[in-house]
Amino acid sequence: MLFPPCAAIASAGAILQKDKAVEGAYVIELDNLAYSYGGGELLSDISLRLTPGSFHFLTGPSGAGKTTFLKLCYGALVPTAGHALLFGKDVRQMTRDEIAEIRRRVGVVHQDCQFLDHLTVSENIALPLMVSGRDVSSEAHNLKELIAWCGLTHRADARPPELSGGERQRAALARAVIMSPDIILADEPTGNVDWEMSERLLSLLVELNRMGKTVMIATHDLALIRAAKSRVQARVLRIAKRRLQLAGADL
Amino acid sequence: MSFLQLSTLLRGEPQADRVVPPTGFTARLTLFAAAAMAFLAVFALALSLATGRLASNWSEELARSSTLRISAPAEQVAAQTEAALQVLATTSGVARARALSREEQQALLEPWFGPDLPVDSLPIPQLIEIIEDGEGYDPDGLRLRLAAEVPGAVLDDHGRWRRPLVKAAGRIRALGLLSLLLIGGVTAAMITLAANSALAANAQVIAVLRLVGARDDFIARAFVRRFTFRAFWGASLGMALGLAALLALPEAQAEGGFLTGLGLRGWHWVWPLVLPFVAAFVSFLATGGAARRMLRRLA
Repeated sequence: MLFPPCAAIASAGAILQKDKAVEGAYVIELDNLAYSYGGGELLSDISLRLTPGSFHFLTGPSGAGKTTFLKLCYGALVPTAGHALLFGKDVRQMTRDEIAEIRRRVGVVHQDCQFLDHLTVSENIALPLMVSGRDVSSEAHNLKELIAWCGLTHRADARPPELSGGERQRAALARAVIMSPDIILADEPTGNVDWEMSERLLSLLVELNRMGKTVMIATHDLALIRAAKSRVQARVLRIAKRRLQLAGADL
Repeated sequence: MSFLQLSTLLRGEPQADRVVPPTGFTARLTLFAAAAMAFLAVFALALSLATGRLASNWSEELARSSTLRISAPAEQVAAQTEAALQVLATTSGVARARALSREEQQALLEPWFGPDLPVDSLPIPQLIEIIEDGEGYDPDGLRLRLAAEVPGAVLDDHGRWRRPLVKAAGRIRALGLLSLLLIGGVTAAMITLAANSALAANAQVIAVLRLVGARDDFIARAFVRRFTFRAFWGASLGMALGLAALLALPEAQAEGGFLTGLGLRGWHWVWPLVLPFVAAFVSFLATGGAARRMLRRLA
């Protein structure tokens, strides 16, 4: 199966793409970063450079700080020590508007996907277009294709609270990629979906990666990591004892 | 807050407006508060304008005229009146002076004593009406001259009782304006509270919007627009009711005096129409401030 939404996403993002010349060599650069709250250090001494087009998995025991790590990568949290550079710019020096701009270039899929419950699924998926001032109606075709590929066509007019866990996850991924972002950060995207849907989500992410987008997936799912490794050059990062390590090739 | 922002706001963005869920309770609260405040504002406005009108009427009508009263034994009245008119004729600042006729004096007394009063048989003082010219005369200088030449003359320049009345009217007017300011302040406070409650109730909506890349301005606008329109329509309703109540007041009549003159006159009817716009503007500022304060604290 081909991936029609990728083509759709590519064309949707084509205009933006021109402005998005990468300012630095790395999309995300973490330099001796540490994050602590409530007195305890959750992450410390983390350095990482994500090049455009790389594919990473992030693993580690529950509570190790995977979600916190991802939040540091899209400016939802500011490191308590060290530096986090997004597209070459230090998060600490960004204004709130600059962070909003960054979010349009970073597609985020949360573990607990939140939506605007009074809007339909289709409107929720189009929300990033709407908040960035783009004409949603002119992208209706792309939107429809994306929804179809996520298997949500029959649910497009439903409200998010009526969706099953898997459907929510798919809707969240659709919302994360509609802007054709440079990076996709997904936190347990396959946590609530069956294997077939996991594969489809993975296929979409791999296809987006082939288009040059940086992908980082936090997951427990070793089968997913194995499935990805056969298709893409994926690196596995592991958070353990507050540090970030490159996991061995045994996976 | 620039004109551009305001015009974007008024034009509206149907897409963006939908990102905030409709909230029945704060909507009704804002409408009610704006309506009640506009209703009160109509009366504060009417009071200020009516007392302002009253004060300026009194000052103008009374400032230009004064009265000279001549109380003298019956046989000297005519001579003293003549002497007084002579003095007045040579006083600078006096445009005209005229002794009131017997009939005119009787007419003045009629409301108090009735038409059958035998004025002729009473020792009523002769009155002389003095009309000032543009510059006015010096009452103290005139009093001195009169004291020398017309011993029975008492000059009443009306200032004695005019001044406290004008002062009172001015005070009432100031109170009316203060009330308007307070009403504006209370409206701002109520709308700020309502906006805070709406923002708190929509914390999840705001978090989702921030996640997908909405700027603070975009989020704030969605709330501000809503509250601005609510305040506008609420105030319009309150103003309409207030005006209806004003129209239902009895018409001002000559003998009605102060109280029935409370309505609006002429172009003053335009002022209440400004109220909904003022309410909308107050709401625009209050909600904008509340939204910016809240958003700054969020991640």
